[in-house]
Amino acid sequence: MMSARIGLGSATRRVAFAPVIGRNQTVLRTLIPKRGVQIQSLPPSASEEILNAQRLKRPSSPHFTIYQPQLTWLGSIANRVTGGALSALLYGFSLAYLIAPDTFDSAHIVEFVAGLPDYVKYTGKVILAAPFTFHFWNGLRHLSWDMGKFLSLKGAYRAGYAALGATVISTVALVLM
Amino acid sequence: MRAVHSEFTRQQHPSSTIDMQVLAKTARASAPRFCMRSFASSAGRCQATPIEKPVLNKEFKIYRWNPDEPANKPTLQSFTIDLNQTGPMILDALIKIKNEIDPTLTFRRSCREGICGSCAMNIDGQNTLACLCRIDRNSSKNSKIYPLPHSKFFAVVPPYNPHCMLVFAVYIVKDLVPDLTLFYKQYKSIKPYLQNDNLPQQGEFLQSQEDRKKLDGMYECILCACCTTSCPSYWWNQDEYLGPATLMQAYRWIADSRDSYGAQRKEQLQNEMSMYRCHTIFNCARTCPKGLNPAEAIAKIKLELAAD
Repeated sequence: MMSARIGLGSATRRVAFAPVIGRNQTVLRTLIPKRGVQIQSLPPSASEEILNAQRLKRPSSPHFTIYQPQLTWLGSIANRVTGGALSALLYGFSLAYLIAPDTFDSAHIVEFVAGLPDYVKYTGKVILAAPFTFHFWNGLRHLSWDMGKFLSLKGAYRAGYAALGATVISTVALVLM
Repeated sequence: MRAVHSEFTRQQHPSSTIDMQVLAKTARASAPRFCMRSFASSAGRCQATPIEKPVLNKEFKIYRWNPDEPANKPTLQSFTIDLNQTGPMILDALIKIKNEIDPTLTFRRSCREGICGSCAMNIDGQNTLACLCRIDRNSSKNSKIYPLPHSKFFAVVPPYNPHCMLVFAVYIVKDLVPDLTLFYKQYKSIKPYLQNDNLPQQGEFLQSQEDRKKLDGMYECILCACCTTSCPSYWWNQDEYLGPATLMQAYRWIADSRDSYGAQRKEQLQNEMSMYRCHTIFNCARTCPKGLNPAEAIAKIKLELAAD
């Protein structure tokens, strides 16, 4: 502690009694060599171009790959995917029937399915029933939102779990039919 | 005691340091015996040893991108800090990392109490304010910190006017700092201020308590952009869809009994993109660090538009 005091005291004293030349700004400025950087003068209007050039190189941050999986947005995506798949199936089958009514009529399909092994039948039923029931129940959830029901976060989650539960039950029921 | 001695000696010999040191030594040696003993008996046994908390190291993986080296792809940089030497919130960890490990780490922060909305970022997969988000004390799991999520898939559309893209694309400025220009432009576009041509005869606009209650849960929004950047619809359509934060503020003014421009405000939203890109996903309500519910506000606008 004592040596520190002495050191500090002597240091401040040295600065205080240093020759005036050291404190003279103009002398200092001439002593220190100038930087080797060339400064380019630009009008203020050029700033936007620089900013735009910078903006072009900016990356966009990651989104769905890093976002936490949540019932909210995964349920929404599932609703969209099942809706798309179901309509594709409906349109595909309808168009196929239009093009070749003899191949795709009910009698031929019943005959084709009857010839399949049991595990293929049940898997096929699940693949058809699960998206259909999910889209149905989640659609009801959407309709209730549009009527102003279940609009709290808690309500949305409860309705979401209810839709999932109803999907499981109705899928099993449809598969066993 | 020693300090007193040294002051004394300095007064006597202010000029020479060597002399002072010598004098101080002699002064210390000649100090009275009882004085030394009292010093010796005071410390040590009586003082409790400070309890040292065990080291609890946790890894933070933080998104880095430097605009000075634009060719380099964004990376996750790993930092490990002792949680027992850090404050409780993610923001404390970020500040500690910036202070002690890497001063180039860039992020926005200001109030550190969830009222300014500057430190909005994606922490462990969810958008929130770093100052309101507690650090998970489970040291075996790392914490990942990304900037607010965005997409440019559909923002890079117009080939006819490249500058249009420059204006509308929302990108990373540096590390955890996103460019929120578009977000603020969208907010401005809904005219977020009172509009009424019939000024009251005297005094101020009066409002019943019921009418005032309609604004609760909306006026508290701090515009941190957590909800807007959590919305998948906004990820795909950010150039045209206004996003939950802006739409909730639009409804805040539609619902205000003192505002007489409700019809115009609704008219502005009556198109395919501005509001109807909302598919009631509820990511906004789930992520809001202030516990507000933009999804509900948007659903109410839809109901009012449907009733018109």
